[in-house]
Amino acid sequence: MSTDTIRRTTGGFAARLTSVRQSRTGVLAGFAAAAVLLLVAAPALLPVFSLGLLGKFLCFAIVAVGIGLAWGRGGMLTLGQGVFFGLGAYIMAMHMKLADAALFGGSGVPDFMALYGTGTVPGWWEPFRSPVVTVLAVVLVPGVVALILGLAIFKRRVKGAYFAILSQALAAAFAVLLIGQQATTGGSNGLSGFRSFFGFDLADPANKRMLYLLTAVVLLAVVAAARQLMHSRFGELLVAVRDQEERVRFLGYDPATVKTVVYVLAAVMAGVAGALFVPLVGIISPADVGVTPSIAFLIGVAIGGRSTVLGPVLGALGVAIAQTSLASSFPSFWVYFQGLLFVLVIGFLPGGLASLPAVLGRLRRKRNDDGGAARASAPATSAAPVPPAVPRAHPIHAAASPLAAVPAAAKEHRP
Amino acid sequence: MELLIGQMFAGLSLGSVLLLAALGLSLTFGQMGVINMAHGEFIMAGAYTAFVVQQALGSAGVSLLLSLPAAFLVGGTMGLILEELLLKRMYHRPLDTLLVTFGVSLILQQMARDIFGAPSVDVRVPAWLQGNVELLGAPIPLTRLFILALALTCLAALALLLKATPLGRRIRAVVVNRDLAESSGISSRRTDQLTFFVGSGLAGIAGVAVTLIGSTSPYLGPNYIVDAFLVVVAGGIGQIKGAAIAAFALGVLQSVFEFSTTASIGKVLILAAIVIFLQVRPQGIFTLKTRSLA
Repeated sequence: MSTDTIRRTTGGFAARLTSVRQSRTGVLAGFAAAAVLLLVAAPALLPVFSLGLLGKFLCFAIVAVGIGLAWGRGGMLTLGQGVFFGLGAYIMAMHMKLADAALFGGSGVPDFMALYGTGTVPGWWEPFRSPVVTVLAVVLVPGVVALILGLAIFKRRVKGAYFAILSQALAAAFAVLLIGQQATTGGSNGLSGFRSFFGFDLADPANKRMLYLLTAVVLLAVVAAARQLMHSRFGELLVAVRDQEERVRFLGYDPATVKTVVYVLAAVMAGVAGALFVPLVGIISPADVGVTPSIAFLIGVAIGGRSTVLGPVLGALGVAIAQTSLASSFPSFWVYFQGLLFVLVIGFLPGGLASLPAVLGRLRRKRNDDGGAARASAPATSAAPVPPAVPRAHPIHAAASPLAAVPAAAKEHRP
Repeated sequence: MELLIGQMFAGLSLGSVLLLAALGLSLTFGQMGVINMAHGEFIMAGAYTAFVVQQALGSAGVSLLLSLPAAFLVGGTMGLILEELLLKRMYHRPLDTLLVTFGVSLILQQMARDIFGAPSVDVRVPAWLQGNVELLGAPIPLTRLFILALALTCLAALALLLKATPLGRRIRAVVVNRDLAESSGISSRRTDQLTFFVGSGLAGIAGVAVTLIGSTSPYLGPNYIVDAFLVVVAGGIGQIKGAAIAAFALGVLQSVFEFSTTASIGKVLILAAIVIFLQVRPQGIFTLKTRSLA
């Protein structure tokens, strides 16, 4: 429990790092540094194309923050974040299609509808002509869908694997629905070919920079909100629900409400990320929202450390960068690599890279202990029947200290 | 009348494919709590086994009958390797098995692409399965009838295995109370391995069955895995009869929904139906009665 034991387990540097991270000024300084890096340094140093790419990665990072909350902190393995991402993205894409058609098309009907459909705009598209309705819908539609689903699932105490499978089925059904309704959703081609974003020309580099900055600001805001939430009473309650749902219920809280709130938050984050993704990348299709992309969102979160604040963000960015640099040149290798990442990280390092110092420290301690035991038992083997008194002390010492000495992050493996 | 029988049979046929895909899952997910996303790829491996056996033998009829046991062995062996290498250390983290096996499924898909190529291959249907029989005026394809019979045979065999053999007794004992089973002298490690072998082997058999109604591609697994899991969830964890009822119910429902709307709306309606059904019975059709809170 003392500073000494912490230092022994994680190494002095990591311990000092932890204490810096915990302090309020440290957090603020780190946040400010990240803000400068994202908002000043990156736009100044990167060309417009790379900036757009970085913006796309930041969108994935926003989704990852939500997954970190729901999965890492709340224990809800949500395999359907692609649905909320897709809802936000398609709402934004529909607005941009309609706005483009009104600005450039003359007829007011998006081009693909004339191609596949009746040539008229269906009624459920009409509300998204209005920019205000669109912005509201980007937040509200994923939120309300998650609310209904969350209430239906969590209030009936459907949880664990059942929830994971239902959320996965949701992603599958959503993709099938999009592909099936080609005349109104663009089918498997999706929606693309946007030219303006709320009246701004998307071909203009200045507007692209603005779009990137908007995304970066949203990411910073989302990270700050997630951090505050995790350090609030509600955040504690959320972790308690993850670890001992029944006990929380007996204490008088309703776990279903806690879970639903976080599920809705994660959905809204994914929806906003999707809405930013569309103007940045210029296309949204069922391939971005189905079962596989929904699960792929999780790997970055797992690598970074699912229950930490920054782990999901950094993990998602790392995976996205690796994918972009590897997948284009070695597509087959990338798939093997991605599969291996899932196997190795989830199977052998469930706390992600954030838990690496603690895990290494534990391994080192174990090795030291084993070494000590071997040395101590060497004389004992020569006098076989005598019960070795000295090594006896080690198991007790080893059993008592991991609980006390391993920092909180390392204990949060359990989903 | 013909239309009704045709639709009913389409539903039963869909249900039998679902049942074949879900039977193995009902064992591995239901009995052991492992969420094996690679089950779909074991189905794919079974399908490619049928393809390879046919390429080697030439005769469609003999190869079909031979590939059933071969695919069972291939699927079962793959499952055994997966269990031994990865899953045995993860039984206390059931949700994480989903993601690990998803990684495995990505690797297996890419391996299939590298070995057999991305385009789909076709397995020839033997002559004695081509054509239709008339049932009250409605044409019923023989292949569909064969799959229905195969699914029912597998169901009966599995039920018999669980109810009437020493292995089945051990499996049920481990499911109900692992610690008590172990202290009664049952090796839960061996039981886990055998359960996983049988469950994955059933996926291989499902793979042979689906070659009769469609072509085989590396992307075959994802088509079946989500529906198969829904069957297990709706049927109730660890309940073979629940899986059977749920498979046929979902099959019939889906063909009714698809007939009255479109294929894509039908999928969404099925999911809605399952979510509503879980409101009434959160644990599925049949539940294992325990006193635990979870």
